[in-house]
Amino acid sequence: MSCDQCGTFNPESAMDYLPVQQLRQLQFSRLKARLHQAYSHVDLYRDRFDERGITDESINSLEDVSRLPFTVKADLRDSYPFGLFATPMRDVVRLHASSGTTGKPTVVAYTQDDVDVWTSVMVRTFAACGLHEGDIIQNAYGYGLFTGGLGAHYGAEGLGATVIPISGGNTDRQIMVMKDFGVSAICCTPSYFVHLLERAEELGVSVRELPIRAGIFGAEPWSDAMRRHAEKAGGIKAYDIYGLSEIIGPGVASECEAQEGLHIFEDHFYPEIIDPDTCEPVPDGEEGELVITTLSKRAMPVIRYRTRDITSVIAEPCRCGRTVRRIRRIGRRSDDMFIIRGVNVFPSQVESALLEVDGTLPHYQIILTREGGLDRMAVEIEVTGDYFSDRVGAIEELKGKLAHAIENTIGIRVDLRLVEPHTIERSQGKAKRVIDKREI
Amino acid sequence: MKINQLSLFLENKPAHMKVPCQILADAGINILTLSLADTQQFGILRLIVRDWERARDVLEKAGCVVKITEVVAVEVPDRPGGLAGLLDVVDQCGINIEYMYAFTFRRGDRAVMVFRFDDPDEALRTITEKGVNIVESVELFAEAGE
Repeated sequence: MSCDQCGTFNPESAMDYLPVQQLRQLQFSRLKARLHQAYSHVDLYRDRFDERGITDESINSLEDVSRLPFTVKADLRDSYPFGLFATPMRDVVRLHASSGTTGKPTVVAYTQDDVDVWTSVMVRTFAACGLHEGDIIQNAYGYGLFTGGLGAHYGAEGLGATVIPISGGNTDRQIMVMKDFGVSAICCTPSYFVHLLERAEELGVSVRELPIRAGIFGAEPWSDAMRRHAEKAGGIKAYDIYGLSEIIGPGVASECEAQEGLHIFEDHFYPEIIDPDTCEPVPDGEEGELVITTLSKRAMPVIRYRTRDITSVIAEPCRCGRTVRRIRRIGRRSDDMFIIRGVNVFPSQVESALLEVDGTLPHYQIILTREGGLDRMAVEIEVTGDYFSDRVGAIEELKGKLAHAIENTIGIRVDLRLVEPHTIERSQGKAKRVIDKREI
Repeated sequence: MKINQLSLFLENKPAHMKVPCQILADAGINILTLSLADTQQFGILRLIVRDWERARDVLEKAGCVVKITEVVAVEVPDRPGGLAGLLDVVDQCGINIEYMYAFTFRRGDRAVMVFRFDDPDEALRTITEKGVNIVESVELFAEAGE
């Protein structure tokens, strides 16, 4: 029988405990195989390697990864839809796409082997969070093109748990299911869980008295204060998990029961931390941008992907005994992207929506707040002569059009406010685009 | 004869109304009459001043968003049924009123009101034919002691 306190060892987790020397050898051999495949089948990588004179002989150790060119989000977008695929389409069993991007999304592909790896890392995630066979997992991540839902789903099944594929939204039903089905863990964004707690209280349901004992929270940054609140009010342990669709989806890294950083499943995802300005690697322990090279992905190997997430590597061994290194929980990014209700949003998307309506780009500011556990996004727009009309109805109509255009682009409802000219603060002549008051 | 009205965008927040009034005060510009259309989030302040071009310039220089709108000043008998009678005429002409408000002074036994019609030129032509008296801007400002 299992022990929730120390986490159950799942056979899938064996790689988490590999002796370091053996792990490095495995990483290196996988790296060589992936580089060879990427060079042979993906034009972008072949061109970039050739430009730099990188051949098979250039990479003689894991450290040589730093000689390889970076891959950025724009590379994925520019090769839309299938330009970075390294296997024939008939071997691709699944496609996903990034959430909430304007115009063309970024598409990612999986072979059956890739899906198996993904399932395996999600099993390891759940095991690290103290879940095991027989648990009932309520999966409130969205199902669809977003990787969250299906990633967690396959992992939960792989673990031998019972999965409830409830997907996102409909909070009252979530609470009913949690209570009536005796759920032991929920997968969702941390802010959604806080919202769910508040709604449950309104409905007279005390979540802390229910059997639920774990929250598997990801897809957005959150603070220790929020963790303490979720744990206390929900009577659970709240775990931070990390992933991104470009790499595989959820399952790139996960906290263990020690809750002191996220173990990165580095037998599949090789991490580096770089200085985002100089692009030079920084030593373990130092903060910088996380760069990941996939070591197993076949349909779409990604070399030195710049995640834009700021963290640091914790090289010291973890109390839990896992040998795979940890990264600190991600608090901020090296670009202006923000995450609201699990959706990635770039201010440039808001800009393109505003341009679409009127053809002019006003001064605007995005204000993020958290009320009752729910994130809200307001967009303030400075009124110009182009926008201003003497008629209230015309202004209201314009407001509606602007809000609709933004909502259409990012998939999040916004509160649109028109403000007087020169009221949005500018620093060095440039407006600060995002004010995040969420205290996450 | 149409009159140029200034419309200003204001946020619906405390003290926001004072700013443009102070700007006009500092420029020595008198407000003949005004009206405020407000929603929960913003308002439109509409002003009639004698020197509308100078008023627009000082306001814009101070960073306000100003629109010039053509309105019509109409005499209304200052007695029960005076306005109703006028509106009856407007109705007969099939003209649409977007909004209206009053001047603070009287011309004898008549009040003067500002009308914003959706088509001011058409409105002027038709209601004048029906005998409604339009107040010219020169008379208007003389009346107001400007």
